[in-house]
Amino acid sequence: MKTWTRKDLIGLDDLDAEEIEFLLDTATAFKGVAGRSLKKVPALRGKTLVNFFVEPSTRTRTSFEIAAMRLSADVVNITATASSLQKGETLKDTALNLQALHADIIVLRHSSAGSPGFLADRLQACVINAGDGSHEHPTQGLLDIFTMRERFGRIAGLNVAIVGDILFSRVARSNIHGLVKLGANVTLVGPTTLVPAGFEKLGVRVAHRLDDVLADADVINLLRIQHERQRKEYFPGLGEYISLFGLTQARAECLKPDCLIMHPGPINRGVEIDSDVADGSRSVILEQVSNGIAVRMAVLYLCAGGAGLTQ
Amino acid sequence: MNNLLIKNGRIIDPASGRNQNGDIFIADGRISAGPAGGDFETIDAAGLVVAPGLIDIHVHLREPGQSRKETIATGTRAASAGGFTSIVAMPNTTPSADSAATITWIRERAARDAVVNVFCTGAITKDLKGEELAPFGSLAAAGVVALTDDGRCIQNHEVMRRAVEYARMFGLPVMDHCQDYSLVGDGVMHEGEWSLRLGLPGWPRMGEEMIVARNIMLAELCRSPIHCQHISSGGSVRLLREARARGIPISGEVCPHHIALTDASLRGYNTNFKMNPPLRSEDDIEAIIGGIADGTLNILCSDHAPHAAYEKEVEFDQAPFGITGLESEFAIFCDILVHRRKAISLDRLIALYTIEPANLLRLDRGTLAPGAPGDVTLIDPDLEWTFDKSRSLSLSHNTPFHGHTWKGRAVATVVAGKPVWSLPKTA
Repeated sequence: MKTWTRKDLIGLDDLDAEEIEFLLDTATAFKGVAGRSLKKVPALRGKTLVNFFVEPSTRTRTSFEIAAMRLSADVVNITATASSLQKGETLKDTALNLQALHADIIVLRHSSAGSPGFLADRLQACVINAGDGSHEHPTQGLLDIFTMRERFGRIAGLNVAIVGDILFSRVARSNIHGLVKLGANVTLVGPTTLVPAGFEKLGVRVAHRLDDVLADADVINLLRIQHERQRKEYFPGLGEYISLFGLTQARAECLKPDCLIMHPGPINRGVEIDSDVADGSRSVILEQVSNGIAVRMAVLYLCAGGAGLTQ
Repeated sequence: MNNLLIKNGRIIDPASGRNQNGDIFIADGRISAGPAGGDFETIDAAGLVVAPGLIDIHVHLREPGQSRKETIATGTRAASAGGFTSIVAMPNTTPSADSAATITWIRERAARDAVVNVFCTGAITKDLKGEELAPFGSLAAAGVVALTDDGRCIQNHEVMRRAVEYARMFGLPVMDHCQDYSLVGDGVMHEGEWSLRLGLPGWPRMGEEMIVARNIMLAELCRSPIHCQHISSGGSVRLLREARARGIPISGEVCPHHIALTDASLRGYNTNFKMNPPLRSEDDIEAIIGGIADGTLNILCSDHAPHAAYEKEVEFDQAPFGITGLESEFAIFCDILVHRRKAISLDRLIALYTIEPANLLRLDRGTLAPGAPGDVTLIDPDLEWTFDKSRSLSLSHNTPFHGHTWKGRAVATVVAGKPVWSLPKTA
């Protein structure tokens, strides 16, 4: 029996294994709703959710919006350019104003690590982290883990390789925390500059040769090589990156037949993943996107749907 | 009248090696060998240590231009409550202290508002930009005691070399905030496990060590003193130890947070733990304490850096660096270095805050010898107390130490024979 007591979701580092499992179980229940012709439940009727995105996003924002609508919440979207942050208002003041407008849930995407926790400490409203700098992206981590669990029926013992720009990746950090807590064997793969050895302190292995991890992997999660977040001294160029770390057709042939190929999107075809591999039978990239709705419904429902929910 | 008798105290004056019970007389604002004629006030110092007035060579008083953070009036009151009779103001004000006019303004304002002695530093470069030298000659004539671009670090080694060479003509030491910009980039905390966990850009040790090494070479080349400010890295301690053993005129200072806290404190993204250089690891703390114990690091200070609450209450990476420190620093060092770690004696602790900084900056202070200015700090080295930021006399309360308990504290401060602060009876 597990009781959910949190009003906010800041990161998977904060949760214990039982809480993560509870979230995933709740998401499984909500996934059933998506199959119905009437896709709406009244759980958050009368509540207002503000998608407060201080950094651009389409996929995550839309996913939260759909999840909220399926729970019958009212949704308002605010983006950085439209917000008063442009006029010099502080994050704290903007958020207090949203609360004064009776927002019940604030979904925050922000380039500064730690900003969702900063708001959660100061607001009565629920704060859901939709990605903060290089810190965490907990709903992405949860939907990745949800997708793995759905396919394999378990997380413990799975060999999961996360490939690419780990240093700057919030998706990687949320995956690492969640997977390690649930007992997966996580290997981070990428250039030494983007996968420093210090990550081993988080309970993972670090590798710099993708070819060495392919044969044993149950899951290979490819991260976007983000040009806009990258400084050029970290690696010489995309050509060399592809030759060392790209999931090419040839490399994909070394994977187990049931290995899942995942990607948080948006994908760069021909960079971290070959186009044919992205569209191939082992790719679950679009399934991840669909699962994101169920996972976010679970997060919103548990955090905002009423205290002390018990399974 | 400024005549004062401080009687029955334990006199500790490291400059003369004195450590004995006795009385201190102050006549006309100066330490006197015996009682002066006329009236005098008396302070009973039984059970207390009577030390030369403490000196903090690294304080941001924020005036002119940043009086939302601190003023000369409030900053010097905070200093007095920390046991300080003399403080050295950093030049990163608005405008920066890169001209005789600004130095004169600060000194006049201090003469009006300050309750302790305020010494000025001048900027090394115009507007702290690291490009063109400020007019050292007129800054010296206006009374600066050192040159520094603190808050910034001159990246161009040629500019720094000429600055150190030129400063030598005026007998002015150069003090440097050691930070290599290309290595540190947009780093906001120590590069290590915690920066990886928190997803914050790292500020590697080497960013400091690189400039410490540069400064050692320049001090050797120019045969003129360079003082490395707020040392945070164990590697810097090793570099300084080796250089000082070779007789190079290089020195380093330590702030209390760099031996009291580690980068793990940043777990909650609390901006009151954000300072530059950043909190580092247990290994760095050990190396720094070792450096204090063996004399490699010979000056203690606060880097008192007040910021308004609203300025600190923002996203972590956007918050300004720095914490207040004047009212907590002596207690933290006394607690850790003297009581808990027994790394140094109380006499040495007092030396690190008196004769050592006085020697570096050639101040006629830091001793209780007859004829010296009548600046005295009374210390209860065994008093246990809990720091409450709401009682702080500083205009800003950006401290990570609220609620911390330490053993040791200054209990009264005398400037030129005049008692300017004493511990309230209720505290």
